[in-house]
Amino acid sequence: MANLKSLRLRINSVKSTRKITQAMKMVAAAKLRRAQAQAESARPYAERMAAILGRLGAAVAGSPDAPRMLVGTGSDQVHLLVVVTADRGLAGPFNTNVGRFARARIKALEDQGKTVKVLAIGRKGAAFLRREYASRIIGEVSYAGVKRIGFEQAAEISARVIAMLEAGEFDVCSMIYNQFRNVVSQIPTEQALIPAALPEATTEVEVGTIPPLYEYEPAEEDILAALLPKNLAIQFYRSLLESAAGEHGARMSAMDSATRNAGEMINKLTLNYNRTRQANITRELIEIISGAEAL
Amino acid sequence: MASFDLELVSPEKLLLSRPVEMVVIPAAEGEMGILPGHAPMIVQLRGGVISVTEQGKITERLFVAGGFCEVTPDRVTVLADDATPVTSLSKTEAAARVATAEAAYEAAAASGTPEVRELAMDSLLSARAMAQVAEAA
Repeated sequence: MANLKSLRLRINSVKSTRKITQAMKMVAAAKLRRAQAQAESARPYAERMAAILGRLGAAVAGSPDAPRMLVGTGSDQVHLLVVVTADRGLAGPFNTNVGRFARARIKALEDQGKTVKVLAIGRKGAAFLRREYASRIIGEVSYAGVKRIGFEQAAEISARVIAMLEAGEFDVCSMIYNQFRNVVSQIPTEQALIPAALPEATTEVEVGTIPPLYEYEPAEEDILAALLPKNLAIQFYRSLLESAAGEHGARMSAMDSATRNAGEMINKLTLNYNRTRQANITRELIEIISGAEAL
Repeated sequence: MASFDLELVSPEKLLLSRPVEMVVIPAAEGEMGILPGHAPMIVQLRGGVISVTEQGKITERLFVAGGFCEVTPDRVTVLADDATPVTSLSKTEAAARVATAEAAYEAAAASGTPEVRELAMDSLLSARAMAQVAEAA
């Protein structure tokens, strides 16, 4: 049986661990609320953008000189995967889930004989993929120092991707990120970016009326050429925000169960400690009594 | 007076959503005043000021750096890149933007393709418009 002192030390150390995990849970909860609010306020823009794009895209997609961002390069040999993870760990399976998903995707693509390139956003994803697929990683972006992810970060990423497209460095681009379903569940998701998956044009028009005919200023193609890069940035922005919200959610639930485990451990250790103490007292008593009897 | 719904959204938030009587937007090919019942249009915006009129008076003036606008007879949706009320524009920030845009344009003019140059030109014009508005405010 362990001695009393080591048990006492153990209990104290588990107690301070519990304090840390509890504090981390609180911080994650506060950050989660903020991240969720931010994701919420980004939604209207994305929705309006999708509506306009759907309408425009349908008009232009058929024409032979449609922009490359919309229809792709016509080949699908080189794939670019943008993998979005967190910069910090201790968030349960959050980063590993995306990492596994990405790894499976890379493997599937390479089995089909395609070339894969990876742009890792967030330190953890890069670290995960470096083990097996280091040669595929062409870039790493980390926003660890940035307090609040803004639209500028998303614009930066999208500018980089567009530059690569212009230079013909890839044919197909998609993004892998944790979709924020709710606080406890984040689902690794793949989303096609280039060629763009066009949102369905919303049919707000009531049956029997003629759909409104839009006039464009400047021409459709010009607007589309300006709209597509913006749409790409918006997609990145949304996934960054969702990933941030998911990270905090995952950390919150991970820290919650860590706190609970620490509590259980403390209970077990305390019981053990008390039993040992009692056993010691009993033994001492027996020694005294038997000593007295021997006299 | 008749009104229509105006929505002004930037990527980061919904800035304005309420019925107004008239709005003037800085369209790519010139300022455009929109009254209720306007023909449906999709318009690209350049850097400039959006003025909102309610009850015969201009109630809001916001600077947008660029964006898009969708007009239907009973609704106007502005997708702004970045919108700031004119009164809170800062001259120094505008000047800094002009400086960076000018540098970017110089670089683009020296080496870039025509498209890159055009993009740089657009952002330079937008920054200059911002400086002008900040100066006047």
